[in-house]
Amino acid sequence: MRVATAKESYAADEALFKTDTQKVWFGVLMAGLLLYPFVGSGYWMFLAVLVMINVISTTGLNILTGYTGQVSLGHAAFMAVGAYAVAFFDTRFNTPVLLNLVIAGALSAAIGILVGLPSLRIKGLYLAIATLAASVILHFVFLNWTPVTGGLRGLNVPTATIAGIELATPERLYWLVMPITVVMVLAAKNLFRTRVGRAFIAIRDRDISAEIIGISLFQYKLTSFAISSFYAGVAGGLWAYMFRVVTPESFPGLASIFFLAAVIVGGAGTIIGGLFGAIFMTLVPELLKLVAALVTPFYPDAPIYLAPVRNIVFGLLIVGFLIFEPMGLAEVWRRMRRFFALWPFRT
Amino acid sequence: MFGAIDPIDIIETSIAGLGTGALLALTGVAFVIIYKATKVINLAIGEMLMIGAFVFYGFSAGLALPIWISIPATLVVAALIGGGIERLMIRPLMKDNPVSVFMVTIGLTSILIGIVELIWTAEPRRLPEFLPGQPIVLGEAFIGSKTAYSFLIAAAVIAVLLVVFAFWRGGIALRATATDRAAASSVGINIAGVFSFSWMLAAMVAALAGILVGSVGGISSAMGLFGLSVFVVVIVGGLDSIAGALIAGLFIGWLEAMVGRFFGGEFKLLATFSILLVVLVVRPYGLFGTHEIERL
Repeated sequence: MRVATAKESYAADEALFKTDTQKVWFGVLMAGLLLYPFVGSGYWMFLAVLVMINVISTTGLNILTGYTGQVSLGHAAFMAVGAYAVAFFDTRFNTPVLLNLVIAGALSAAIGILVGLPSLRIKGLYLAIATLAASVILHFVFLNWTPVTGGLRGLNVPTATIAGIELATPERLYWLVMPITVVMVLAAKNLFRTRVGRAFIAIRDRDISAEIIGISLFQYKLTSFAISSFYAGVAGGLWAYMFRVVTPESFPGLASIFFLAAVIVGGAGTIIGGLFGAIFMTLVPELLKLVAALVTPFYPDAPIYLAPVRNIVFGLLIVGFLIFEPMGLAEVWRRMRRFFALWPFRT
Repeated sequence: MFGAIDPIDIIETSIAGLGTGALLALTGVAFVIIYKATKVINLAIGEMLMIGAFVFYGFSAGLALPIWISIPATLVVAALIGGGIERLMIRPLMKDNPVSVFMVTIGLTSILIGIVELIWTAEPRRLPEFLPGQPIVLGEAFIGSKTAYSFLIAAAVIAVLLVVFAFWRGGIALRATATDRAAASSVGINIAGVFSFSWMLAAMVAALAGILVGSVGGISSAMGLFGLSVFVVVIVGGLDSIAGALIAGLFIGWLEAMVGRFFGGEFKLLATFSILLVVLVVRPYGLFGTHEIERL
């Protein structure tokens, strides 16, 4: 049983890592991330990079939906903005990779602010529909602004090159994506130790009260939209470098639901929830593929049913978690931790 | 782009648009029934329409049953599906905040699409012909018979629903629940029953709209996209107003047809969603919706 976790100062209570145990486990996680490429290869590296891109995007949506309480049905469209920005700047101006990613994030953030503009007049479900409208309009732009987006055929993205090294395979791309993911997730965690992050939480919990204690709703809601879209834009940019082609169909409306599902399943309003959600939701389709491959010898039609079953599983996960475990996997994790921290006493 | 605009062309396009508009209005009414009674924003209304159309396809083409059996059978199945959704997914969450109920309906869209693709695959299909095929001539303008008949059927169903809500006990109970849940409960109205009933009724109305939409344009697992225009309709009309859904439905249907005819089909959703954004910012409660006052 762990004792003496009581804190004597606000600073200690607000620290990024509250106990030494957390620091140790964080160190283990970092070591694992550094050693992973030496263990995994091929498909496993592909999965790792995909998971990390989804982690960045889910964390972004979690900042907006989980922490600020603004439901967005257009998150995938912001990712698409980032992906197109990277494709456009890399092919036209041959700008460096990291600059492209920053541009992707910034452009996405700018459009996020634009989409967030109605958020002072409308809220909750109406805002969700407004973001849906924004994503429909963005999809129209991707499809019809042919000189920039390449229309239906989309854009091809060159291989990401840093310091003369071509990041052509997931094994190499990992060393670009992994540090960015770690930095962005830690930045998100840190955000909620600052005035800005606290303001987001206040707006989520009771917007009128937040306004009364002097939080400018307009300013902070737009900030939340900007930060969330920035994350989506960077994730979209990395996605473009990974799949090397961006079309209007790369980020369908269902992808927005995917990220919303990841936030719900992981646990809205916790950083670790975003991690769990993204990992879980990315791996479930892979698991389904595995099951389909196992069943195929006995039942040759199995692969045909993969896509519908995937849809049903996504839906059931959203519904099931909302009904039975509304706080998501983060709550399951917290229960487990409490069990071990309090053992041998029962919780 | 425009060429010479022919007045007959405009009239024909307008009438075809009003035909689609009637179906939008009918689906909008299904949405409004649920919203009025349970305050749930049902994002899955387009998919409920889709599953209704596919169930009808199953009865009429799959089992080759005659129309007068297929339609009632479809309505019964739709009512069961609607009631089941309410009981299993919506009622456990009614005490929670409206946003989680809304997200459940997002999950529901995914489940319904998956079920339809699992049973009938993703490829588009045609419903058996059952509306008379002779085009109708109004002056010099031709009207597709399917458009005309689906307009008439939609109008009749909406008229019946309006009468039901005005005079029938169940309709009055539903309106009472919509106005004040606690007060309705205290005068002996079975609130849970009203919730169930509203979802069953809405599922039936949506299924009927699905049959009509499907008989005009064919059915596919993507026809739930029709629901996107329905959100525009109900938000422009006001979420809790049947008359609003009616007027906005006809207007959006007409607008989509005109935009589609003179600018091209890809501009349809752009036009309607631009209108949606303007309405959301200028008048979020819609043309006829209740203007809610927020209290702490």
